[in-house]
Amino acid sequence: MNGSAPILETRKLNRFFGSVRVTGDVDFALHPGERRAVIGPNGAGKTTFVNLLSGRLAPSSGQVLLGGETVTALGEAQRIKRGMGRTFQITSLFPNLSVRKNVFLAVAEHEGVAWNLFRSAASHRDQFGRVDELLERVGLADVAEVKAQDLPYGRQRLLEIAVALALRPKVLLLDEPAAGIPTSESHIILTILDTLPKDIAVLLIDHDMDLVFRFAQRITVLVQGSIMVEGTPAEIAANERVRKIYLGESDHAAA
Amino acid sequence: MTDRSTAAILLLPPDGVSGTRKALSMSLWLAALAIPTLVPGYTPLANQMVVMILFALSLDLLVGFTGIVTLGHAALFGTGAYTAGILALRLTNDPLITALCGMAAAALVGLVTGSCMLRTKGLAFLVLSLAAAFMLHELANMASSVTGGDDGLQGVSFSPLLGVFEFDFRGHTAFYYSLACLFAAFLLVRRVVNSPFGWSLRGIRENDGRMRAIGCPIYARRLAAYVMSSALAGLAGALQAQTTQFVALNSLSLELSGDVLIMLILGGSGRLYGAFVGVPLFMFAQDLLAKEDPANWYLGQGLILMVMTLFVPGGVLGLVERLRRNLGRGGRR
Repeated sequence: MNGSAPILETRKLNRFFGSVRVTGDVDFALHPGERRAVIGPNGAGKTTFVNLLSGRLAPSSGQVLLGGETVTALGEAQRIKRGMGRTFQITSLFPNLSVRKNVFLAVAEHEGVAWNLFRSAASHRDQFGRVDELLERVGLADVAEVKAQDLPYGRQRLLEIAVALALRPKVLLLDEPAAGIPTSESHIILTILDTLPKDIAVLLIDHDMDLVFRFAQRITVLVQGSIMVEGTPAEIAANERVRKIYLGESDHAAA
Repeated sequence: MTDRSTAAILLLPPDGVSGTRKALSMSLWLAALAIPTLVPGYTPLANQMVVMILFALSLDLLVGFTGIVTLGHAALFGTGAYTAGILALRLTNDPLITALCGMAAAALVGLVTGSCMLRTKGLAFLVLSLAAAFMLHELANMASSVTGGDDGLQGVSFSPLLGVFEFDFRGHTAFYYSLACLFAAFLLVRRVVNSPFGWSLRGIRENDGRMRAIGCPIYARRLAAYVMSSALAGLAGALQAQTTQFVALNSLSLELSGDVLIMLILGGSGRLYGAFVGVPLFMFAQDLLAKEDPANWYLGQGLILMVMTLFVPGGVLGLVERLRRNLGRGGRR
């Protein structure tokens, strides 16, 4: 897409569950600062693909490269250290902890203060400065002391993004950030996505076509685990096969 | 910015509670100091409670803060007790040195068993912790030349504390010594649970998968908590040996592991003060029920436990917290 080396790349990536191939020969490249969406019908293997990228799942064959280095053999934690960040399709937070603590945990791990045994967490002013900055960014500053489980669902999704951003990722994988949010409110997510730092490469998976087409510079269409076509939103929207296979049916699904 | 005291009681309503809480906590500690003077006859019982509170506090670090439920915590208590007892009979009977050795031995056992067991979690961990404790119990039973087997270690005596304070028959020295250890352990645990490390333990309790996904080395973190808890349990065991001058085989038993878990849950886990509430409650109830029906008091205890678990989740402290919140809400309306 441009001259720079890809920040995230896969080569001939395959994953089988038993004899079922859920990811097939995927060659994929994401460049620094790019805004990319991956779409596909239900069961196309989108979440599996994200899990392979993030290191939650190991591929059956093929390679994953992060920042030009092969990370195929590395687990989730090590990929995070190298700049991978993600959110989850099913909200995954620390329900009984305050919003601020949720983000602090991530900041503390990232900045290497999580092994501090004897200094009170509250006295880590620098880290809390960053926590508050992140909450400001995603618009959660007013609920900083509320328990995560007491937040309305849409705002939990925003908290997910704040936790992921706390790790200063170079690549951010957003697995259905708008899942469960009424379409009428998905613009809040879009607003936040628009304010993400420009140097982060963002890969978005979502069913909300409105969100996808307004957000992405390029779209990858995944069908039965393989890339069917890749292109700009305009090209994808004009593609006959995509319309047939995916867009037509998802109009109902998204409603 | 959250200050330290509010961070510690984040779940409670804000208005002036931290001051009240501090005062309450302080007066409880002071009241404890007066026990040997006010009710001298109860000093040995109070000492027993202090030792158990320390033991339950060590368990809270695992169960309450890290979400590791174990049925083998007595293994570490017993390790501390036997280490102190065996050393006293064979090498040195200085109370501080043997207590430190008891802690170190328990920490070591915790490190070895923990590094195997913590590869699992939940039910698998529970079973492994049970198995490890059974093995240690049986080991102590078989090595009767060292441990006294079924009879335990009798007549273990210790030299005066700091060379000055004798462990007298009234048990005053023993009580103040245990209380001082408990206080130090309490300050330590409070510090740790309010540190970033302690917060990360809560994160692991709440959602270990998410912790992994923010780059937390879960295994190492849980192991560190386990070793720390082991050392404190070992200290409790050593105190038990020193203040009762006896080490019984049941200091390694499943019964003790179960009792301490019940005490903690009764008081409320994950709140730091649960041990302080649950242990006296349990021991008073035990005392009362045993008087009523010496043979079958476990029946009454079981009933109380069932009622508590079914109707008062979060233990006594959980109940108090809910009441406060409801009252506070009603008052403001």
